[in-house]
Amino acid sequence: MNEQPMVFAEPKAPSSFLLVRVLGLVALISGLLIVLIYQWTLPSITEQRRLALEKAVFQVIPGASQLTSYVVNAEGVHAKDSGTSGPALYAGYDAEGKLIGIAAEAAAQGYADAIRLLYGYSPECQCITGFSVVYSRETPGFGDKLVSDPAFLANFDALDASLNADGSALANAIVTVKHGTKTKPWQIDAISGATVSSKAVGKAINESAQVVVPAVRRHLNTEGRL
Amino acid sequence: MRPDLTQPITMDTFLRGIWRENPVFVALLGMCPVLAVTNTATNSLAMGVSTLFVLIGSNVLISMLRHFIPKQVRIATYIVIIATFVTMVDYILQAFSPAVYAALGAFIQLIVVNCIILGRAESYASKNAVLSTAVNAAGMGLGFTLALLMLGSVRELFGMGSLFGVPVFGESFQPWLVMILPPGGFFVLGSWLLLFAWWRERKARKALVEEAAHAR
Repeated sequence: MNEQPMVFAEPKAPSSFLLVRVLGLVALISGLLIVLIYQWTLPSITEQRRLALEKAVFQVIPGASQLTSYVVNAEGVHAKDSGTSGPALYAGYDAEGKLIGIAAEAAAQGYADAIRLLYGYSPECQCITGFSVVYSRETPGFGDKLVSDPAFLANFDALDASLNADGSALANAIVTVKHGTKTKPWQIDAISGATVSSKAVGKAINESAQVVVPAVRRHLNTEGRL
Repeated sequence: MRPDLTQPITMDTFLRGIWRENPVFVALLGMCPVLAVTNTATNSLAMGVSTLFVLIGSNVLISMLRHFIPKQVRIATYIVIIATFVTMVDYILQAFSPAVYAALGAFIQLIVVNCIILGRAESYASKNAVLSTAVNAAGMGLGFTLALLMLGSVRELFGMGSLFGVPVFGESFQPWLVMILPPGGFFVLGSWLLLFAWWRERKARKALVEEAAHAR
């Protein structure tokens, strides 16, 4: 007797066309949903970004009521839509149209990741008047003291950023020194326990100010406007 | 196409995700956000609610399409659907709560690969009717949110001396910084697991004692 081997019917695989059709349909539904939400949230997102930036700029240029955006690089200050690339620069004017401060973006490597910040420069006192952190991943409890430690913030009441004789660079490089050893007005007293983060702030501001401050001085017209 | 095994909706459909099959404390799933973003109660709540939304939305859609999705392309389809809902959450948070968005960072996008959601899609949504799926997903999502909150509140309370940003202990409290750093996440999760294990064991021992008393 010869026994027939048992044959299991393989379930028929669906055609590739069906698979493609299903995937295409699902992708279409997904795309529609995303476009709907994108269109719906876009105005709010743009508004939120503008508010966040404005808040940061007004924080470092206290008293400003109007802002103008520029782009700055080694060649000088350019209008925002002039097609030149470089870090953003904001000029803050008071209600009478008097320039009261410049805010510029700066960045340097911190302890965990790059720290990006916005600092304020006052042409009147030729000094850095404050900064706000735009992006930071510093250790909670240590590196985030940058914006909360009163002794550290006191460094920026009037951090000297005057130019050298020919106006090509800062007279004295801004530098972060070890906690408790600040003796000169262009030095930043580091936070004890957050030296790396403090140094990053000093380095970011120095690198940016060496370019920004001379460029701003060259572009200031006789009425003190950019 | 797969057989439809829709189970009747009972209280258990909803509750099992919160208690008996809690994704965090029982199944130990989704540990990445559980440890990473529970440093404050607010972040935990935001992460939990975002996951809850993605879980319900994606699983309901998957359940609606379950008769059309051939099993050869089901995982690809599920991921596309999950990613869609994650993108929606991403935009909504950016638009209405930029502070929370900044605090959660990449972990919102990473909800795409949260194994709780894909696990629910594969083991529940693909076999059950829409309503039953929605109820089950809501339970699982709430269970996840509660677990995150239980970690987040403890960590914020000890690590910052506050709860939802409101100071609790007053000025003289010296925060335990380790609680809001990564080791604190492991420590608090371990403590909760220890508590639940102790509670389960005590219950089992009690049951054993009672059984012995009845046998006599």
